Amino acid sequence: MLEIKDLHVDVDGRQILNGLDLVVEKGSVHAIMGPNGSGKSTLAHVLAGKEDYVVTGGQILFDGEDILALEPDERAARGLFLAFQYPLEIPGVATFNFLRTAINAQRKKRGEPELPVPDVMRRVREAAAKLGIDQDMLRRGLNVGFSGGEKKRNEILQMALLEPRLCVLDETDSGLDIDALKIVSDGVNRLRSPERSFVVITHYQRLLNYIVPDVVHVLSRGRIARTGGKELALELEAKGYAQYQEEAV
Amino acid sequence: MAEVAIIKTAAEQQLAAGWQEAKGRLPGPALLRATAFERFAATGLPHRRVEEWKYTDLRALMRDAKPLAEAPDGAAKARAKEAGAALSPIEGRRLVLVDGSFVAELSDLAALESGLRVRSLAQALATGDRAVTGLIGTVAPTDDVAVALNTAFMGDGVVIEIAECATLTRPLHLVFVSSGRRPASVFTRSLALIGARARVMLVESHEGPEGCDDQVNTALELAVGDEAHVDHIKLTGAGAGSLHISSLMAAVGARARFNEFLFTTGATVVRNQLFVRFEGEGTVAGIRGATLLQGRQHADTTVVADHVAAACTSRELFKSVLDDESRGVFQGRITVRPNAQRTDAKMATHALLLSEGAEADNKPELEIFADDVQCGHGATAGALDEDLLFYLKARGIPAKEAQSLLIEAFVGEAVEGIEHAGLRDALMEQVAAWLKARG
Repeated sequence: MLEIKDLHVDVDGRQILNGLDLVVEKGSVHAIMGPNGSGKSTLAHVLAGKEDYVVTGGQILFDGEDILALEPDERAARGLFLAFQYPLEIPGVATFNFLRTAINAQRKKRGEPELPVPDVMRRVREAAAKLGIDQDMLRRGLNVGFSGGEKKRNEILQMALLEPRLCVLDETDSGLDIDALKIVSDGVNRLRSPERSFVVITHYQRLLNYIVPDVVHVLSRGRIARTGGKELALELEAKGYAQYQEEAV
Repeated sequence: MAEVAIIKTAAEQQLAAGWQEAKGRLPGPALLRATAFERFAATGLPHRRVEEWKYTDLRALMRDAKPLAEAPDGAAKARAKEAGAALSPIEGRRLVLVDGSFVAELSDLAALESGLRVRSLAQALATGDRAVTGLIGTVAPTDDVAVALNTAFMGDGVVIEIAECATLTRPLHLVFVSSGRRPASVFTRSLALIGARARVMLVESHEGPEGCDDQVNTALELAVGDEAHVDHIKLTGAGAGSLHISSLMAAVGARARFNEFLFTTGATVVRNQLFVRFEGEGTVAGIRGATLLQGRQHADTTVVADHVAAACTSRELFKSVLDDESRGVFQGRITVRPNAQRTDAKMATHALLLSEGAEADNKPELEIFADDVQCGHGATAGALDEDLLFYLKARGIPAKEAQSLLIEAFVGEAVEGIEHAGLRDALMEQVAAWLKARG
């Protein structure tokens, strides 16, 4: 589903990703762990198409097609979703209207008919209820006045409604207490399917107790330093990242 | 006369010639008009060294002065029938002025609510109605030059009187239409006298054919009685003139609610000036606006909030969206007089620059002569937030649509201040249309 080949990325003239290779098969959950500054968030943003990240080499193939030339909205319409580490607040854009606009923009791009408002409302209401998001939050400005946990839940709500095929979760566990972490993880687990893949980026092993990965990668100095099964996460938890960052500073 | 030396530009000379030609036939108070013209003649058109007009230099902007508008003919009236239709959802009582003349047959004067009286200003002046002539220029006096020109040349307008305690369930909709027959100067003056505890929403819309080259100078004197609740909304739309100057002179009584809104998308050069005097204690006022400009449009919003009485609250919020090479100007002065203790006055202006060539100018002024007050101002100008755009795009929303969402949200914050839901929706539809036309 996703194949990254020898990816090199500069941010503000500094090379952050340095020959990264990664293959994510359909239906699998890959965790990417790594010390601070190893390039985890850069990878997430480059996948989604953020403009100020300059790809200086390599390819990102999604369903066999290079998506590097595509705009962020085109990537989203093809089924790529990034759950932000820091979801943004947009006053004046009501959450419900935002969801409806996003759903229908993607459908339009895929040549599907727009969903009528009542259908969107029903879907949103059902998905929101599962995540414990109340109706009042949907009427408010997007993420405005939401707690950290509410913002993360709202990301998962968007993910559930947009039905992407590849979900990239950028430190979704950061800033969550244990209850919120459980709600968010349950939300993600409900979306697991043989047709959908996940790239779960995290600093800590804790999240992976709830979202159990098939494959764990260690990212260090802009490339995959090691790949293993879920037990690799436990090993990192026990030993830390020291062996991966001796030259990182 | 020494003053004559001031008259030197072509526009000033044409105004002076127009005055000589017209003063004998203009209806009503000749002395008032002559005094007002003298006020103009003493200084000429305001220019950039006149502080109040610093950013809107009329001496430079007015290449000429158009001849006074003629009374509308049948064709002009026929074209005016559809004017203001964008606001039909508010089901207002339409009072229509074509090329500055009140047109009764286009206006909805049937079954006036009790306590409402509507007349043409020209008629009131022609019949020498002292109740009207005696009021002109007295509601909230100003020595502004544009207002003086209006007083000198005013042709027609609407005189609205609303009795104490009267509640108008239908908004009054003043529809100002330029026919665009030939470029003309249009001077309208209206009076709205709102009795104590009355309730009314007054909407003004100004429009004309695309590219209309009229020079419009419109003024409204608004007296808001004690405990009255008055909303005044002015829309300056497409075809509202190559030069459009509008002055509101409002005097607000005690414990009243007053909401002003300026919505500006049209005309080439616009000057909206608001002179609001708080004359009674405990009034709460919202003074807001939204301006959307493109091409080389220029819109100047100048607000003078004069707190004369104590314990009034005024909130100002102005948003402007500036594309291409347009220029948005905001000048806001808050004056707190010595007796106006416990005044709470705040003013905020925000400009969104959509292009490198757009310009926002901002000049807040606070003049505070009382010691127990809260006053503040804030201003921002900047481009759309790239991170917010990325967030929306990452959800599948194309760039242009993402920009439109953010712009609508930006403007919406001001439009929300309008109490009438139907009017809010109508204005947001106009915002959406503006964004769509932007392509």
